[in-house]
Amino acid sequence: MESASEADWRARLAAFSKSDFVRSFPFWFVPFSVMALGVYGGIGYNTLISLTDYEGFNQGPDFTQLDFEMYVQAMNDPWVWTTGKNTFVLLIVFTTVTMLLGLFLAIMLDRGIRFKEQIQTIYLLPMALSFVVTAQFWLWMYNVNNGLVNTLLGVVGLGPFNWIGNPDLVLGAVIFALIWQFSGYAMIVFLAGLQSLPDDQFEAAQVDGASILKTYWRVIIPQLKSSSVSAAVVLMIFALKAFTFLFSMFGQYRVPKATDILATLMVREAFKLQNWAYAAAIATILLLMALAVIAPYLHYQHKQGSL
Amino acid sequence: MAKATQSQDESFADILPELDYWKIGLSLIITIFFAFFIAPIWTGLVTSLKTSQAVTLTTPFVPPGPEGFTTGNWARAYQNLATGFVNSLIMTVPSTIVSVFLGSTAAYGLTLVDWGDRAQFTVLILFLIGIFIPYQAVLVPLSDFWINIFPLVEILAPVWELSFMQREHARLLSLTITHVVYGIPLCMLLFRGYYLTLSDELVEAAKIDGASIATIYRRIVLPLSKPMIGVVFIYQFTAIWNEFLFSLTLIGSSSSPAATVTLVLSGLGADLSGIDYGLRMAGALFAALPTLIIYALFAEQFAKGLASDA
Repeated sequence: MESASEADWRARLAAFSKSDFVRSFPFWFVPFSVMALGVYGGIGYNTLISLTDYEGFNQGPDFTQLDFEMYVQAMNDPWVWTTGKNTFVLLIVFTTVTMLLGLFLAIMLDRGIRFKEQIQTIYLLPMALSFVVTAQFWLWMYNVNNGLVNTLLGVVGLGPFNWIGNPDLVLGAVIFALIWQFSGYAMIVFLAGLQSLPDDQFEAAQVDGASILKTYWRVIIPQLKSSSVSAAVVLMIFALKAFTFLFSMFGQYRVPKATDILATLMVREAFKLQNWAYAAAIATILLLMALAVIAPYLHYQHKQGSL
Repeated sequence: MAKATQSQDESFADILPELDYWKIGLSLIITIFFAFFIAPIWTGLVTSLKTSQAVTLTTPFVPPGPEGFTTGNWARAYQNLATGFVNSLIMTVPSTIVSVFLGSTAAYGLTLVDWGDRAQFTVLILFLIGIFIPYQAVLVPLSDFWINIFPLVEILAPVWELSFMQREHARLLSLTITHVVYGIPLCMLLFRGYYLTLSDELVEAAKIDGASIATIYRRIVLPLSKPMIGVVFIYQFTAIWNEFLFSLTLIGSSSSPAATVTLVLSGLGADLSGIDYGLRMAGALFAALPTLIIYALFAEQFAKGLASDA
C-alpha cells in the first residue's frame, strides 16, 4: 500500500523533474561548472600551492606541510615592493589619462562631425591588435637612432632620448603606448554613454546661456558616471594583469626594473625560475588587488539595479 | 549646433567666424589624433617594405623609394610564421565556436528561464568575477593541471604515433580547452545583455503552448540570437587570436611545433646583433592579418562588443 505522504512525495518529485530548474540545468550548469572548475578550482588550488614550498621541475607540490612562509618572504622582498609601486603608478597614470583622453575624444566625435564612423574605426583600431603586435610597433617607434618619436622630437630640437634604455623614461614610454592602445576603448564607452543621453538637455543648457564648456562640465559629464565607472574598472583590471605588452616589448621574462610590475614578476618567478609556491603567493596578492576593484564595482552595479 | 538654428539675418556675421574657429579647431584636433592613432601602424607598414639599409637611412614614416623597396621581409616573415599562423587558426576557431555556444546557453539558463532569483543571482556573480580575475591567479594550477594532473601530451601519445602530427600538438589542444574555459564568462555576459532586451512575450507564449525549455532555445532563442552571435564571435575570435600569456605558459617555447603565431612573433628577428626591424614589422602585420581583416569588415560589431562588455 502506498501511503499518502509517499504519493505526495512522488508527485513532488515528478513536478520537480519537470520544473524549469531541472529542465534548464543542462543549459547553464555545463558552462558554469567548466568555468567554475577553471576559475574557482584554479584559485583554490593556487592558494593551496602558495602554502607549500613547491619549486623546481615537475615533481608536483607536497601538501604535507602548509604555512604562510611564502607570504612572509614576499612581504620582506624589496623587489615585491618595487614592483608593487610600479604597478600602482601604472594603474593610476594609465587609467586616469586614458579616461580623460577617451572622454575628450568622445565629446569631439559627438559634436556632429563628418565621417564620424570612419574616424571612430581608426581610433579604435589599436584595440583590435594583439599586445604582441603593438609592442613591436612601439619598440620601433621608440628606437634611439631611427624611431619616429625621436625623429619628430628632433624636428623641434629635442632629443634623441633613449626611451627604452633609460630607467627614468621607460615606464612613461610604456604607459604612453598603452594609452595609445586603450583610449579608443574608453572613447567607445563614453560615446555609448553620451548617445544614451537625451538631446534636449544640451540645447536647454545652451538656451540658458551656458557656454559649451560649462554645459559639458555641469550637465553632461556628471551623467556619464556609470560609463566612467565601467571604463575605469576595465582599465584598472587591465593595468593589474598587463604582462604581454611588457614581455613582448623586451622579448624576455626579465623586463627593466623600472617597468617590472607584480604581473611580470609573478610569471617570471613561476615559468623562468620555477619558484611555483612563491609565484602562487604573488598571484594571490594580485588577485586580492583585483578583487578590491571588482567587489565595490559589482556592489555599485547591483545598487544601480544594472546587474 | 544650437546656435545655427537662430534666425539667419540678425547675427549671421557674428556667428560665422565663431563657427569657423570651432570647426577648424575641431577638424584639426580630429586630424592630429587620426595621425596619432595611425602613426605606429603606418610606420610599421612602410618599414616592413624597406631593405635593412633603407630602414636605418630613411625617415621612419616615409614610404621606401624604388632602391630601398623590398618584399623580402614579408617573404621571410611568412616562412617564419606560417606554421604558427596555422596553429593559431587550429586553436582559435574551435575554441571560439565552443565558448560562444556555451556562453549563449548559460545566458539563456540565467535570463529567460526562471528558477529562483537568489540562486540565479549568485551564479551570475560567480560568472562576472570570472571575467575580471587576473589570469596570473590560475597560471600555476593551470600548468600543473596540464602537466601533472591531466597530462594530455602523454594521454594522447598513441594518437600521435599514427598521424602526421607531433606529440607537442597535444599542447595546442590543452590551449584550446583552456581558452574555452576562460572565454565562457565574457561570452555569457554579452549574450545576457542581449537576452535581457528580448521581449518575454515570445518565450512566454511558447511556454503556454507547452514548448519545453530545450525547444524554446532551439526554435526561438537561437534564431533570434543571430546578430549577437556575430558580435560575440568576432570579439572572442579577436581576443583568442591575440592572446599570449596562455600560449607562453602552456606551450612554452617559440620553437615548439605547436607554437602559436603570437608566441613565434615575440622572438622574431632578434639575434646578438640586435633586432631586424624590417622583419619584425612584417611579422607583426602578418600575425595581425586575420584580426585586421575581421576588423575592417566588422568594425561596428567589434565596437558593439567592446561597449557592451563594460
